[in-house]
Amino acid sequence: MTTAHQHFTGARPLTVLTHAALLTGRLLRALWRMPTFLVIGLVQPVIWLLLFGQLFRSVVGLPGFTHAAGGFLRFLTPGVVMMTALFASAWAGTTYQEDIDRGVMDRMLTSPASRGAMAIATMAYQAIQTLIQSLIIVAIALAAGARFPGGVAGVGVTLLAAVLLTLIFSALSDAVALLTRQQATLIAISQFTTLPLMFLSSAVMDLGLAPGWVGVVAEYNPVEWAVVAAREAMGAHTDWNTVRLHLGLLAAAALVMGWLSTRAFRAYRQQA
Amino acid sequence: MGAAHVADPAVEAVDLVKSYPAGRNKPRITALRGLSFAAAKGTVFGLLGPNGAGKSTTVKILSTLSAADSGSARVAGIEAATRPEQVRRVIGFVSQKSGADPMGTATENLLLAGRLHGMSRRDAVARARELLDRFGLADAANRLVQTYSGGMARKLDVALGLMHRPQVLFLDEPTTGLDPHARSEMWAEIARMAGDEQMTVLLTTHYLEEADHLADRLAIVDQGRVVVAGTPEELKSGLRGDAVHIELAQADDRAPAVLRTVPELRDITMDGSTVRGRTDDGARALPPVLAALEEAGMAVTSATLARPSLDDVYLRHTGHSLDADADPKALEVTK
Repeated sequence: MTTAHQHFTGARPLTVLTHAALLTGRLLRALWRMPTFLVIGLVQPVIWLLLFGQLFRSVVGLPGFTHAAGGFLRFLTPGVVMMTALFASAWAGTTYQEDIDRGVMDRMLTSPASRGAMAIATMAYQAIQTLIQSLIIVAIALAAGARFPGGVAGVGVTLLAAVLLTLIFSALSDAVALLTRQQATLIAISQFTTLPLMFLSSAVMDLGLAPGWVGVVAEYNPVEWAVVAAREAMGAHTDWNTVRLHLGLLAAAALVMGWLSTRAFRAYRQQA
Repeated sequence: MGAAHVADPAVEAVDLVKSYPAGRNKPRITALRGLSFAAAKGTVFGLLGPNGAGKSTTVKILSTLSAADSGSARVAGIEAATRPEQVRRVIGFVSQKSGADPMGTATENLLLAGRLHGMSRRDAVARARELLDRFGLADAANRLVQTYSGGMARKLDVALGLMHRPQVLFLDEPTTGLDPHARSEMWAEIARMAGDEQMTVLLTTHYLEEADHLADRLAIVDQGRVVVAGTPEELKSGLRGDAVHIELAQADDRAPAVLRTVPELRDITMDGSTVRGRTDDGARALPPVLAALEEAGMAVTSATLARPSLDDVYLRHTGHSLDADADPKALEVTK
């Protein structure tokens, strides 16, 4: 009496989580064997942090720069953490893309693995990469002399905000991969979205020094939400209401995007 | 058409219709135009046809990967369109593309497949070991799949489909791209497991030999329809008599007309310098055939008589030969 199909009768929450854990394990094993992208993904942020941080360190002295306390490196670190999370998660869809190309996707879709579990797995995998990369960036910033009065709680909020940002954009990237099935489209979309999103936020520059319209647009930008939550929590005199509001916005956006990316499987099936 | 009634079939397709958008301002590509067949429990059923005939589309619909525009697809009595989750529990699916994760080992791939089907870790480990042994992959069990040869990877694909002891296994072109040696090994495995595992296998192929060798029953698919179905023997004996193959020294358009004057010969077709026909009694038909050609001044390099092959069956029912596979009319819809 042990044939598999007699065991369960629906996609129970426990089954979905078990499947998600199994599928995440598969992705993490591959990452462990070939951590190339994890490392490559760190090159750019480290350059930003160390080069950009030095080059522009006097901008904090400009009148109108409201977050001058603690120097430019303290200001820049949350921005670089979010930028790294954004760039990495915009590429998340390549995992699906490769699975589609190799037939792994079709095999999974004909198995009892739920679409929810498949979406959770790729998002969890990206989130774990973001955690590792964010911790390394904060460590480098500390080594370069930055100090964060927000302490462990501040770093915790930064990690949480980075993970939520990762969930939003990896879900989006997964949906694009399922809908277009083309690597080229995925590259184009991530190129066209990530840079504007980064510069339409206070990731690298205080919005007090930017034209007014940038500040207006930034209020609707998830990258800005994450940067604000992290910077507020890492700095001195944290306004926890601001932190909670922005984390809440990020969580809501992550839920919506996660749901949409599960729906994208339906479109994938229509085209099959 | 021609589908014998099957009581309680393991796989059943009824009037499947499916079309795809071909792009902007282009008419939709029709992949299936009312395809029907039924496969009895515990048998190997073959869908035979060229690329673009609709075999893969049929398998995708039955395995819940795709939805038909109309018609019904049932697996183990379960309707694929309305209860896909239940269908997924009873099927194994081996697609044309590999399906194994190249960045994992064979063991990891198999364990994941088993656990997704609800097997306990212990059961999955035991089953994986059994399958690796059977497919001769035990020595490579802990190597990354990306280091596997084509034949090894294909065996692993089939093992992945078998992991949870499915009631129905879909094998979509299981030997395409394999060298002849790996292909005959794969045939032996498929024949053996079909006997051992008590399951129904739905095999698609464009190799006549493969269908002849493996399928208990088969359906010939052409342009989105089943044109004829039966056991390979039935199909071949449905063509009365012997096949006559004449090879001319030079292609000559007059050959069919000349041969039509020989009353013993029928179903005459020409393809380059090859002329084919059918006859009830080859021994009696051959002398007048050769005489007629000689009289018309056409040199014959060879003349053979053969029991009908599946290719003859194919030719008879579709009007074109499967061996002449590069048929430009065949719609390329498999992707």
